[in-house]
Amino acid sequence: MTPTTVDTPLSCEVTRIRPSGGWRAINLAEVWRYRELLFFLTLRDIKLRYKQTALGVAWAVIQPLATMAVFAVFFGKLGKLPSDGQPYALFVLTALLPWQLFAYALTQSSNSLVAEQRLITKVYFPRLIIPVASVLSGLVDFAVAMCLVMIGMAIFGVVPTVAIIALPAFVVFAVFTALAIGLWLSALNVQYRDIRYTIPFLTQFWLFVSPVAYPASMVPEQYRVLYGLNPMAGVIEGTRWALLGTTAPDWGLMAVSAGVVALLLTGGLLYFKRMEKTFADVV
Amino acid sequence: MSDVAIRVEGLGKQYHLGAQKERYHTFADQIKKWTSVRKLFSRAKRAESRPPFWALKDVSFEVKRGEVVGIIGRNGAGKSTLLKILSRITEPTEGGADIHGRVGSLLEVGTGFHPELTGRENVYLNGAILGMKRSEIVRKFDEIVAFAEVEKFIDTPVKHYSSGMYMRLAFAVAAHLDPEILVVDEVLAVGDAQFQKKCLGKMGDVAKGGRTVLFVSHSMTALQQLCHRCLLLRGGQVDFLGLTQDCIARYATGGASRSGRIIDHTTKRNDAVSVESIRVNGSEADEVHLLAGAQELTLEMAGVVHQLTRGGLQARLQDDLGTPLGIFSPAFERGGADPLPLGPFHLKHRMRLPRLNRGEYVLMFELVQPNVTAWYEAQDAVRLHVAGTPMTTGQTFAVNERLGWVLLDEVKA
Repeated sequence: MTPTTVDTPLSCEVTRIRPSGGWRAINLAEVWRYRELLFFLTLRDIKLRYKQTALGVAWAVIQPLATMAVFAVFFGKLGKLPSDGQPYALFVLTALLPWQLFAYALTQSSNSLVAEQRLITKVYFPRLIIPVASVLSGLVDFAVAMCLVMIGMAIFGVVPTVAIIALPAFVVFAVFTALAIGLWLSALNVQYRDIRYTIPFLTQFWLFVSPVAYPASMVPEQYRVLYGLNPMAGVIEGTRWALLGTTAPDWGLMAVSAGVVALLLTGGLLYFKRMEKTFADVV
Repeated sequence: MSDVAIRVEGLGKQYHLGAQKERYHTFADQIKKWTSVRKLFSRAKRAESRPPFWALKDVSFEVKRGEVVGIIGRNGAGKSTLLKILSRITEPTEGGADIHGRVGSLLEVGTGFHPELTGRENVYLNGAILGMKRSEIVRKFDEIVAFAEVEKFIDTPVKHYSSGMYMRLAFAVAAHLDPEILVVDEVLAVGDAQFQKKCLGKMGDVAKGGRTVLFVSHSMTALQQLCHRCLLLRGGQVDFLGLTQDCIARYATGGASRSGRIIDHTTKRNDAVSVESIRVNGSEADEVHLLAGAQELTLEMAGVVHQLTRGGLQARLQDDLGTPLGIFSPAFERGGADPLPLGPFHLKHRMRLPRLNRGEYVLMFELVQPNVTAWYEAQDAVRLHVAGTPMTTGQTFAVNERLGWVLLDEVKA
């Protein structure tokens, strides 16, 4: 068989393969080109989430509801924790909404690269898509839980204020927080499988240092801005404010939280890019 | 614009053996490493650290547009590493490559298939993973399903598929990938004979369509059918780049993956003689690759005679089940072995093989005095791998035991 000559012009696409060294920025344009893959991977994660479960998507309701009940009984009734003047159950539920999104997204994204090692060793695409897809798939549970919160608000007769227009911003904030941490942990998990074992512990620990069962106002005034170093403090306080129209959150705390996330996310993207080229060899 | 599709220059990939072997790193390991940094300066520690391993070194070649190039090499020769670098799955350590055109790489069929998802869902997901646009998948969907012959089950989770259906669907998606440059690993090594034939046919279409293809395979038949040129890798380096026939011949004559010498298969020896070396085509390796069709082999035996007076070289050809197919015995034919003087001896004969069908054969060696005794025997000494077709027309000759092993000649008037 002899090579055939073709008359159609080659596309101008040139792939240059060279060893890359050091720290480089992530090529976001390339990630954008692969947006359809991101869509399909997210869709797959969503479809698989409740495959072969008897209760299906009801789990997205049961989990926050059960947690809320336990918190309401032990922390609210028995512990008599304050709730910024809101019904305690609703107070907890509005915090669980972003919290569960965060915890799920963090866990999924941290394990995502290892779970997809088959893909990583057989096909090229920007690896960033994998943790991002697993974070985004958490939004389905979020939407379901959101309905639950709406019902809760109706039951307790809480009418949302104008602040509710800020809600999407805090959802994005929660997603970015999870992604910022998830990028670090997923890349580290490729090298060190210890990460897998620290995640359940980490999320549990994090739950208690975040203002889920108690208001941030319980933290002494002089430490409150410092409390913002936990970005979930900003996310939860903000979400609660947007939904329930409680007193506006501490903006100093909020700024610190946003700064921490920005820093972690930038660092995470750089670190991820640096480690990306070794994933296929190490995973 | 030049007509070069792929240009590879000085490509090298280094692996740290330690890093490759320990799949699971733990912090404890890392801490050990850090604490041992202080010991690094001591000589003992340095001697312990293993040298890095070059899976590829200094690989350079060019592939022109529309060319179909095969890549041959033994396991560990660097074929997969090369494909992984060209597919951008892993980065080279040095050197580089420029690829002009849209690349599609197929290192595995069915990557990303999920058992819980339906056939339809998997087609979309797998297509996206392979780099197809959604609109492209929509357009080709019916064609893909028809090629895979799974129309009835397209909305069933693939975990309920038979393995054949699963493979067909996976390959169908891959086969409809439409890049300008296709990089393919041994994807044809799956499925039954009929399916392989279908895959090979599809590959042939791709090749004829003027696409540039880089194709790794262990199947010499497939390579012969599809590729004009081949690249032979050995130990991570380019050993040969040229016409497929020449490349296969060179691959065939060099080295042995049984990695033994013929002499290691000695099964019977005698004080009368010591055999020190047996060679086929000048090589002591116990594995020989041949193209089907009439072939000549040079057989050599050397050693030292201690007591015997007469002896001759004898070779026997068997199929891979041990069925005798033929015997080569010049001494027997002449009515008796030649005298062998005491001291070193060296016997050399040229033997013509019949037109063997492709398959695996065994050659055994003996030093005999016909009708008297065998002084020396090496059974299962050489494995003959016969590839391709014995037909002079280049027609394929299906592997089928019932057809027998030898293609018989027509007597031309």
